[in-house]
Amino acid sequence: MQKMILIDYTRCTGCRLCESICSLYNEGVVNPRRAKIKVIRWEWEGLQIPTLCQQCQDAVCIAVCPVKALTRDEGLGYVKVNYERCIGCRVCIAACPFGGMSFDPVKSKVIKCELCGGDPMCVKFCETKALQFVDAASADVVKKRELGAKVLMAIGKAEEAQVQ
Amino acid sequence: MALSGKLAVIDLTTGEITKKPIPEKIRRLYLGGRGIQAYLIYNYLKPGADPLGPDNVVIASAGVLTGSMAPAAARTEWGGKSPDTGALASSNMGGFFGAELKFAGFEHLLMKGASKKPVYLWVHDGEIEIRDASHIWGKDTYETQQIIREELGDEDIKIACIGIAGENLCRFANVRTGPKDSAGRTGNGCIMGSKKLKAIAVRGSQGIQIAHPKEAINYCKQAIDQIMMTKVAKAMGVDGTSYIWSVTNTSGLLEWKNGQTNRFPFGDWHDMTIEAFEPYKVGMAACFNCTVHCRHQHRIDGVFGEGPEYNTQTAFGTFGLNNWPDMLRNWHLADLYGIDTTGWCNIVRGVMELYQRGIIDKEVTGGLDLSWNNAQEITSTLIEQTAKMEGFGAILGLGHFGLIKELSKYSDDVGYYIQHCKGLGKLGNVDRVQPSFSLGIATSTRGADHLRSRPALDHFGLPEEVLKKLYGGYVSSDYTSYDGKARMVRWHELTYAVVDCTGTCKFQTVFFSPNLPCYEEWRKYLLYITGMEFTPEELFDVGERVYTLERMINYREAGFTRKDDYPPERSFKEGLPYGLKPVRGVHLKRKKYEKMLDEYYELHGWDNNGLPTPETLERLELDKEPSHII
Repeated sequence: MQKMILIDYTRCTGCRLCESICSLYNEGVVNPRRAKIKVIRWEWEGLQIPTLCQQCQDAVCIAVCPVKALTRDEGLGYVKVNYERCIGCRVCIAACPFGGMSFDPVKSKVIKCELCGGDPMCVKFCETKALQFVDAASADVVKKRELGAKVLMAIGKAEEAQVQ
Repeated sequence: MALSGKLAVIDLTTGEITKKPIPEKIRRLYLGGRGIQAYLIYNYLKPGADPLGPDNVVIASAGVLTGSMAPAAARTEWGGKSPDTGALASSNMGGFFGAELKFAGFEHLLMKGASKKPVYLWVHDGEIEIRDASHIWGKDTYETQQIIREELGDEDIKIACIGIAGENLCRFANVRTGPKDSAGRTGNGCIMGSKKLKAIAVRGSQGIQIAHPKEAINYCKQAIDQIMMTKVAKAMGVDGTSYIWSVTNTSGLLEWKNGQTNRFPFGDWHDMTIEAFEPYKVGMAACFNCTVHCRHQHRIDGVFGEGPEYNTQTAFGTFGLNNWPDMLRNWHLADLYGIDTTGWCNIVRGVMELYQRGIIDKEVTGGLDLSWNNAQEITSTLIEQTAKMEGFGAILGLGHFGLIKELSKYSDDVGYYIQHCKGLGKLGNVDRVQPSFSLGIATSTRGADHLRSRPALDHFGLPEEVLKKLYGGYVSSDYTSYDGKARMVRWHELTYAVVDCTGTCKFQTVFFSPNLPCYEEWRKYLLYITGMEFTPEELFDVGERVYTLERMINYREAGFTRKDDYPPERSFKEGLPYGLKPVRGVHLKRKKYEKMLDEYYELHGWDNNGLPTPETLERLELDKEPSHII
């Protein structure tokens, strides 16, 4: 089953634990500069927005990679990097419309979210559920249920339906 | 490694910068953060130095866990010799500065000497540059950060800076980072101002190597679950510390009009509850790696700001700012100028009472009407005057000791109405009905303050068996009792000292609930993250060592002894007029307080005058200090 990390920007508190835990799990070091997720903060406006690879169906990064280092994982459906091929040219970074590709300044390599092999740590540690690990094909249903919950709250039925 | 963060000694007179590793011996004895900072102050500060002179130091210290993924490991400690009190300067702030400082390769930045012209420090990946700050001198704490980021071309740079209050040597000027966080108390911003140091900018990509990554990840998840399971963590995530306000207000535990009454005297108190804040709230935010997210974000008159916190809500409220718009606007102003609101508001409460009693009049205040019902009209003017050290503000900005000295020519009673301990202003909370609270603010090593020892558990009426297990001896579960409270206060003092050494947030410790992390949890954080092995008892010893060393700093620099370990005189003399039986009419009993203080000294191993005995110094390995190991 193809899966994805769905971001709800409104729930993010900007704590950046996702960055710490991503770098720790993947690189054994707490270093936000080496994390594959980054919370962009406009602190004078009170905005914080997590950014990471969206695992696009028609991925620009795969298309532009000159050495075919980027491929799709057949199981979970994420885009992965083959470091034996990657030459670190960063064309994928330039092409990605989301800033989903990152660059590790220590290893001097392109890095990107590969869903921690199926159990993404950022999602596990996100207490406000700003990040959710969902079935890619039915990600929209998650959003639809959220809308439904808002309607239930508006008509005063939230408690009955046990919606929070 | 997690322990590779260095100490940098920056001489602002000569421009010389020395970088030193932290020796293992110092780690074992003082752990990090506030602990190593106390060591550095005792060793680097020239005894008897003028707080505003080049011999003073100002130190920024990240905790030993700051920047790691331990829950809420975000804190930075600031210290030196306080221009406000003449003794220990010590203040702790959250946000993202400390973590970035660690990522830049440093744990402690010690600034000494004084620059001739305004400068700021640019600290990045092991490098430190002293840069010209002439163009930002005079700018507020928001603008300063924005200009530096633009100049250095990186939006992710974290900056700690002072506002014009620090530049003008207002004695309780603070250090600020981001839109919210302040190292508020004891005037570290004033020390920076005296050194012409406007700001410190940090950025790094060095990362923190974790000793046992797998165990660390698993354990931190477990600890977060433990924290988030508590009711207090959930409440804090919605209402922040302000959730406390309605409780203390309706119980008669807030001191209005400088402690003359404990019933809200300024209209409808509902206008000041956290519920009434909703129209201005835009969300909740978190400090580095914190899952509790207790920072309010708000918008007033289209301007974004962060806060409120209970402490400042109380501080502004108790002299008559009785509604959110007035409070938030003035709050924002104090933040831009870089003034410690707790200290400033206590001074204002005091001078308003002097005005009420006719001790000072408009001639002294420069024409300002300091009547209680005029607070809305004068607050912003007073904040501005204080930050600029102009008009009446030039007297307010001298701090409690300076102000009392200045105004004592009008009456011998000035010191009674300007309430402080060791020169630091008290909070708006009632202490006199709760002996543990009174003892805590009176003996605190930085002056009247709850964050050194606040025994919140005293209010919960926990079973005495539980208290005995926690504190290692009998403690009464009645919060109005004196029995065992010396033991309770001492335990919290040492425990919070350890918390400040780790660089984690007190709100995720026993400060709020016995179910929140304590020694056993910290032992595991330290083991998995740094690889250092400590027993809970060894950590407790670190706390005791740090607290005793701070006591030694206070004695050496200001001569503080037993005579300085009393709450303000009003707490002994005047009962409160309202509230239920445990509160109404109650004030401290001097004899019982003296006995409690004796017990407190004995537990600490200090003599009857409140000074550490030679045996205590030897036991804590403090007898060779200053040892100049780093």
